[in-house]
Amino acid sequence: MVSVLVFAATQLLPGDAAQAVLGKNATPEALAALRERLGLGVGPLQQYWLWLQSFLSGDAGDSLANQQPVWAQVGPRIRNSLWLVCISAVIGIPIAIALGIWSAVRRDTIIDHSTAFLALVAAAVPEFVIAIVLILVFSTTVLHVLPPVSLVPPGGSILDDPAILVLPVATLVIVIVPYVMRMTRSAMAEVLTSEYVEMARLKGMSPARILMRHAFPNALPPIVQAVALNLAYLAGGIVVVEFVFGFPGVGQGLVHAINARDIPTIQLIIMLLASVYIVLSILADVCVVLVTPRLRTSTWHH
Amino acid sequence: MASLNADLVAASGQPRKAGRSVVARAVRSPRGWIGILLVLPVVLIAILGPVVAPYDPAEFVAAPFAGSSGEVPLGADFLGRDVLSRVLDGGRMLLILAFAATTAGVLIGTALGMVAAYQPSTDDGIMRVLDVGMAFPQLLLALLLLSIVGPKAWLICLAVAAIHVPQVARVIRAATLRVVEQDYVKFASSLGIAHRKILATEVIPNIMGPVMVESGIRLTYSIGIIASLAFLGLGLQPPTADWGLMINENRIGMAQNPWAVVAPVALIAAITVGVNLFTDAVAQSVLDGTDAGGVDDVPEMMSRGVEEMSAEPSFYVIDGPAGEDFMSSAESRKATE
Repeated sequence: MVSVLVFAATQLLPGDAAQAVLGKNATPEALAALRERLGLGVGPLQQYWLWLQSFLSGDAGDSLANQQPVWAQVGPRIRNSLWLVCISAVIGIPIAIALGIWSAVRRDTIIDHSTAFLALVAAAVPEFVIAIVLILVFSTTVLHVLPPVSLVPPGGSILDDPAILVLPVATLVIVIVPYVMRMTRSAMAEVLTSEYVEMARLKGMSPARILMRHAFPNALPPIVQAVALNLAYLAGGIVVVEFVFGFPGVGQGLVHAINARDIPTIQLIIMLLASVYIVLSILADVCVVLVTPRLRTSTWHH
Repeated sequence: MASLNADLVAASGQPRKAGRSVVARAVRSPRGWIGILLVLPVVLIAILGPVVAPYDPAEFVAAPFAGSSGEVPLGADFLGRDVLSRVLDGGRMLLILAFAATTAGVLIGTALGMVAAYQPSTDDGIMRVLDVGMAFPQLLLALLLLSIVGPKAWLICLAVAAIHVPQVARVIRAATLRVVEQDYVKFASSLGIAHRKILATEVIPNIMGPVMVESGIRLTYSIGIIASLAFLGLGLQPPTADWGLMINENRIGMAQNPWAVVAPVALIAAITVGVNLFTDAVAQSVLDGTDAGGVDDVPEMMSRGVEEMSAEPSFYVIDGPAGEDFMSSAESRKATE
């Protein structure tokens, strides 16, 4: 389904993809050669079938920008992006859950109100604005402590110099935290007012034990769901963030490919990001069922 | 949406208390007036800016990245054009596009959601189609279309509206289902009143709360996406002045003339945060205005990707769309207990 969309948008929509890539001043010979390479000679259905076949067999074609196989170029970028997202998730999710629990316990206090207000602010502002503000504060105008761009020497790894990771990770953490935090808060607030928590409290159980043994596990399903959906959202969100910091990941690769009108690379990266998005969305549902005993055993026909 | 609008959706169709109107109450709350204070100046700048700009936005007036001086209060941009004039000139298109995309998306989404809930025979078809639309990361689809077809204003508007439709439809469908099950709607239809009239006089007034809140969330999101697209070079093209584009053009000179970046960043931040705060105040106000309000937790409005994400309502998917009520995670837990 997604592959149809991607294919239709890239090859069929422009009418003549070769013309779109080469521009209006292309010579007829160059046009004919590119049509040949993109397999534009046959009908649309057949085009799609051939494209899908070679795509599934691991051949995403050659880049139009430098004639290298697309996979070879995108491969290292995938690794870099995975690192970026994983580090951000490992830092951001515990912070979000902790803040959420804290504001649920201190409900309607100044803590609750100020975290809620900050979450509203952070959730409203587009990612690139957050990134630019961080750059302004930490690497150009106010302080000069962190590099504003993530320059990686050829052959080097993004992990060689942790300093370049700090600002992109911080941006993604700010993107992740508000939603997971609010979900945690509302799920916890609801559980904390339930009768079994009241019961545990009346039995004289310690507040910490109530929180961790009784309240948190019951609040888990919506939190897990929020986390998975958040990571799915990052499949689109990293495009802008990586572009701002010049971070050598798939998102930046996509922007470069778009500017170079490099159709095979665009197709591959979008297919990758879309697959991640779909898998995580499904995973969100599966996780919820797995961590919720009632859902695991109940039948779905009321 | 599942989480935040749960209470609001649950409150749809509930009898409303008499008193001040929803918006009037929202304006009086702290988040409401802070939101308005943030939004109004930005809108005024965007509308009136071109009239008061000291220079033509394309005019070269100083050295590239010149700092602020008497002649150029906010300094010059990367080509030596007046930053102040470009800031005053660069917001109109962003706001017009965001407003148009939001209006289109909310109107179409509301219509589809309402019909799906009111006419069960259409429900399956409508929601299935929207599910397919939602299975793809929409921001990527917008990027894809814009990169191939080219950055056209109508396409930006269309793509952003298309992102909104399924999400809006889902929330409005849930709200309408709540209204349709109320006795006054059943009574009206048992009297044989025409469907169109029931929708207009019974259903629509009772789902205005979710519609208003949804519009606010969508507007925040529209502004964010359109500014981001411009920042990536897929919005208005140079030499047009545009806030998103300006940030990208001038960020290499941030050390010499930070104003060229700070000014557009501040304006985009102010309007998105302002709209979001005001939306939150409206949501609170809608809740306070019904008997369902004030009982339980107050939903917090989230925006941006949150909508995109939470619009994957897991329980909806597990239940299968046909005939099942929309349930937020919180509600479904109650229901299955």
